[in-house]
Amino acid sequence: MSAVVDERTSVGRLGDSITRPDGTAKVQGSFAFSSDLSAENSLWGATLRSPHPYARIVSIDVTPAYRISGVEIIVTAADVPGKATYGLITQDQPVFASEFVRHVGEPVAAVAADHPETCRRALGAIVVTYEVLEPLTDPERAIDGSHPPIHPDGNVIRHQRIVAGDVDATGEVVVEGEYEIGMQDQAFLGLEAALALPDPGGAGVELHVATQWLHEDRKQIAACLGLAEDKVRLALGGVGGAFGAREDISLQVHACLLALRTGRPVRIQYSREESFLGHVHRHPARIWMRHHATADGHIVKIEARMVFDGGAYASTSSAVLINGITHTQGPYKCANAVVDGYAVRTNNLPCGAMRGFGVVQACFAHEGQMDKLAVACGLDPIEIRLLNAIETGDRLITGQVIENVAPVARCIRDTAALALPDEPVGGHDGDPMRLPGGAGRTADARHIRRGIGFAVAMKNLMYSEGFDDYSTARCRLANGVVTLKFATSEVGQGFVTIAGQIARSVLGVDDVVLDPIDTGVGSAGSTSASRQTWMSGGAVNAACQKVLGLLFAHVAATNGVEAWSLRIDGSDVVDASGAFRLSVVEATSAISFDETVEYRHKPTEDLDENGQGDCHTAFAFVAHRAVVDVDPELGLVKVIQVATAQDVGRALNPLSVLGQIEGGIAQGLGLAVMEEIIMTDGRIRNPSFTDYLLPTFLDMPNVVATLIEEPDPIAPLGAKGVGEPPTISSTPAIVAAIRDAIGKPLDRVPVRPSDIIGLV
Amino acid sequence: MSDQMSDDATASARVGWNEQYALHVNDEVREVRDAWVGESLLFVLRERLGLMGTKGACEQGECGSCSVMVDGELVCSCLVMAASAVGQRILTIEGIAPIGAPSDVQRAFVDAGAVQCGFCTPGLIMAAHDLLERSVQPSEIEIREELSGNVCRCTGYGRIIEAVQRVSVNRRAGAST
Amino acid sequence: MPVLVPTTLDEAVSAMAADPDAMVLAGGTDTMVEVNAGHRRPSCVVVVNRVSEMRSWTYDPVAATVRIGAAVTYAELLEPPLATLLPALAEASRTVGSPQIRHAGTLGGNLGTCSPAGDGLPVLSALDAVVPLASTAGERSMSVHDFMVGVKRTAREPGELITAVTVPVLSGWQGYAKVGVRNAMVIALATACVAVDTASASVRLAIGSVGPTILRCAQAEAFAASAVDFAASSASADAVRRFAELAAAASHPIDDHRASAAYRRHAIGVLASRLLRRAFPNE
Repeated sequence: MSAVVDERTSVGRLGDSITRPDGTAKVQGSFAFSSDLSAENSLWGATLRSPHPYARIVSIDVTPAYRISGVEIIVTAADVPGKATYGLITQDQPVFASEFVRHVGEPVAAVAADHPETCRRALGAIVVTYEVLEPLTDPERAIDGSHPPIHPDGNVIRHQRIVAGDVDATGEVVVEGEYEIGMQDQAFLGLEAALALPDPGGAGVELHVATQWLHEDRKQIAACLGLAEDKVRLALGGVGGAFGAREDISLQVHACLLALRTGRPVRIQYSREESFLGHVHRHPARIWMRHHATADGHIVKIEARMVFDGGAYASTSSAVLINGITHTQGPYKCANAVVDGYAVRTNNLPCGAMRGFGVVQACFAHEGQMDKLAVACGLDPIEIRLLNAIETGDRLITGQVIENVAPVARCIRDTAALALPDEPVGGHDGDPMRLPGGAGRTADARHIRRGIGFAVAMKNLMYSEGFDDYSTARCRLANGVVTLKFATSEVGQGFVTIAGQIARSVLGVDDVVLDPIDTGVGSAGSTSASRQTWMSGGAVNAACQKVLGLLFAHVAATNGVEAWSLRIDGSDVVDASGAFRLSVVEATSAISFDETVEYRHKPTEDLDENGQGDCHTAFAFVAHRAVVDVDPELGLVKVIQVATAQDVGRALNPLSVLGQIEGGIAQGLGLAVMEEIIMTDGRIRNPSFTDYLLPTFLDMPNVVATLIEEPDPIAPLGAKGVGEPPTISSTPAIVAAIRDAIGKPLDRVPVRPSDIIGLV
Repeated sequence: MSDQMSDDATASARVGWNEQYALHVNDEVREVRDAWVGESLLFVLRERLGLMGTKGACEQGECGSCSVMVDGELVCSCLVMAASAVGQRILTIEGIAPIGAPSDVQRAFVDAGAVQCGFCTPGLIMAAHDLLERSVQPSEIEIREELSGNVCRCTGYGRIIEAVQRVSVNRRAGAST
Repeated sequence: MPVLVPTTLDEAVSAMAADPDAMVLAGGTDTMVEVNAGHRRPSCVVVVNRVSEMRSWTYDPVAATVRIGAAVTYAELLEPPLATLLPALAEASRTVGSPQIRHAGTLGGNLGTCSPAGDGLPVLSALDAVVPLASTAGERSMSVHDFMVGVKRTAREPGELITAVTVPVLSGWQGYAKVGVRNAMVIALATACVAVDTASASVRLAIGSVGPTILRCAQAEAFAASAVDFAASSASADAVRRFAELAAAASHPIDDHRASAAYRRHAIGVLASRLLRRAFPNE
């Protein structure tokens, strides 16, 4: 029933491309995802959702639903025993809507019944009377105050400026652009699912759930249930992808509440449509930028205005905004800047975390600007970027100095040096699958134009703005076996692989056992912000190092050697002279060590009113080059190749890093040419995989990747997070390539066929 | 086409809720009792027969996670009405290889790094087995077309293609020795 | 018994007679989507994909027609000799969904659903296919043009089964093209089928996803018949351009979340010109 990774990992040290410890279970279908969990006598839960973007709830009549055979219970806002609202930063989102619904799909009630079809019928029988209100869907109306507040917290979630250097500085060359980024969905394949198991008598509850952050979930769930945190135990149900969408609560409180009220286990599994409605998305954004540069192409000043549509509830919008505006300059030197940023509330779907977290939006704009600047200065796209590439020691527009390794110029040069595809348009075999349009046979090779585009990104790692960011790990060593315990959500990224690699490398063991991932140890923080290799990797390393110190002390005391002279050599403890050698297995045959460590990165600061402050922890860098084939008459695109050089610090598992790079680029490609949640008047038009299109095998090209390994002295293992950068500049690189192919400006993603051919 | 909506939501009678049939799954006859007529093969495999390896992610044939073989054809089990599959031979991921003894395709997926979250993986294993049964040496473009019904959100597909190519090479090497 | 799995046409027709409103289930690739979403709650289902007469196809060289059983799958249409006899239908079939969908989905199901975006339907329209319908009253046949009434509406009466589709085998080039935003597994924004019949010196053009159902472009066809040189396989650039304009003018698209009407109309023009050029490669 438990969905934890609980097997011995394969042998491998840091730097080895060992395989996943959960790989065999996953390929055999025996790995238990959260949707695979069930229990004796369990019920199915389902959620009634608002059909309106904005309405007052006049009444809710659940009695007709109770007449359906098989229905056990229906709960509404009136049944929430604790805090009525939840949220990651501000608790502004109701467990169930009570007075108002503020977005389509907002939960209004939940039912528990004997079968999913019974649930569907019960939801259909609940009568909710709404007084429909005029929705606020234009973010500018949230800023200008022309729409009454749709929430007691107001319509502006956060406004922040950055004012840096000489605001009156000007350049000989000025380029300006307005950019728009559509709403992207994380679209993990494993839909939201959980199993809630009530304690006898309703004293507490155990929730098995796919989430990015067990402890934060627990905090919010306990508050809403009116229970002490220790009465709510969370275990990680197998996670079918996350990408930011599992950082916020979705079904967690509903499942627990239904279980506590019925005294029976309750399973909830979202449908794909519900998943689109039930989790936060990437913020759609509008960004205006004006770059001033010297005639030879050095950036003098950047002016920008960014508006992020946060949708109905705050989620992480304020942090997304800060990421966006603090990355206005991208990986380029810039002394002077004036940036105005808003995250606003509307009656659109709530937005929050998605891979890239605000930087995706900023990067699409600054890279569009860099290409314009290149043209204006008579430089090519690579030259302009090299000319301005940021370096270690440079000061950002926030005043923060980059302390990290910052191999931006190397990212650019190494990417540019990668071989271009040698296949001509359409290849040699005449297979239509090689052309834009694929099997649709829409074009012949002579209709197609090829383009090449370039883009570079900077991405902050870990949490920012003074957040107490830490991770906890426990290391036990006995009989030559290390047992690791952490609450780090494994969402597919492979922390379970590198955790074992760290322990083996530090302690010289072959056997590492991973304890179940649950709230039985301190928080690991969220699997987000490219932070777990650094943070949980840092915690596992620190716990292992602490055990190592105890091991050496023990070996020294029992063998008459000096502890300071000891080190690990393979699977043995040896001394400096080489005369002493004892296997770790033997050394721990009669003694065990058990240490738990919290790892923290250095503190960060809030931004002041001028956007000044050391708000970020660390940065990673990446460059992308895209080659695309475009059908200019039909506006269809096929990406032919993406090349990339990524600053990874140190590749702890190169195969895993490559997986993050290829997968991240696929999501960047999706945003570039097909992925968008289309909202009209607050209503989602495409909540299905028929109409929300994800890249397939025939859309994603081969990736050519170079890992730039310059271990970062600030990082505990020299390794930077690698998950987000691939998603960030791949999008503008692809769009730049399309622009190059058709010779027209494109300022919006996803690029639609009608944008390419210039139809209104 | 037309169809009748069954009893309205408030009726207590439950028409079509007592289907009894047997399915032939992974070389076993499995009885299904008291099922609702509208249940998909995906639902019945998972919830009535306990075969959780087959995954559902879209319920409309757009992701391939629920791929199984029915009478030798790779199909989406979410689009097969379970009660209509009586008398057909159904093969699921659980029938590919015994637990702990993965097939060559399964091993290659692990070794090549083709697995991240793993949710799409069982469906892809089914599709890759099917492809490699029919095509000994598939070209890259053929692999892409044949697997294009299986969406993966984590990997970007590169390592999956690598895994399929490795199996193809190894099988041919094995056959020639 | 709510789910019937007949193996002969007689059994299937009898089952339909017993409950004329029974849900007909072939590959399930359209129907089960609706069932899974709760939009359809079947009480009686007649499963037709094991009816032997509907699972097979026959070629009549004298009449120059292929009778394709309604439960023949797209995957089967992709294989020779069917693909050789009806190449445009094979091209259309390759664009249907995914391999999994093509293994299950059937031509009869495409007709039964009668979506304007049905991938096989422009080909059936361009080739003037005939749809036989069976009931306990016997078999009747109607032209595919009469069969397709509107958006997801057909002339099939309660109790009737689509048993097959009879498709003429023409002598001349034929081809199909489909525009979608993705390079695989995508719903058509615009489709077109051009079929040349050298025997009658005619050019057929059917277009999909740009009207309530599949449209034939009579003006474009008449123009092409007079403007192209069948013997030389040639068409002037002007003729191709005019053909495209007439095709676009024949479309009646709407704006929706998938594409604007303007884009769909434009795409029809592009597809028509490219298909005509493929049919008549010489200038």
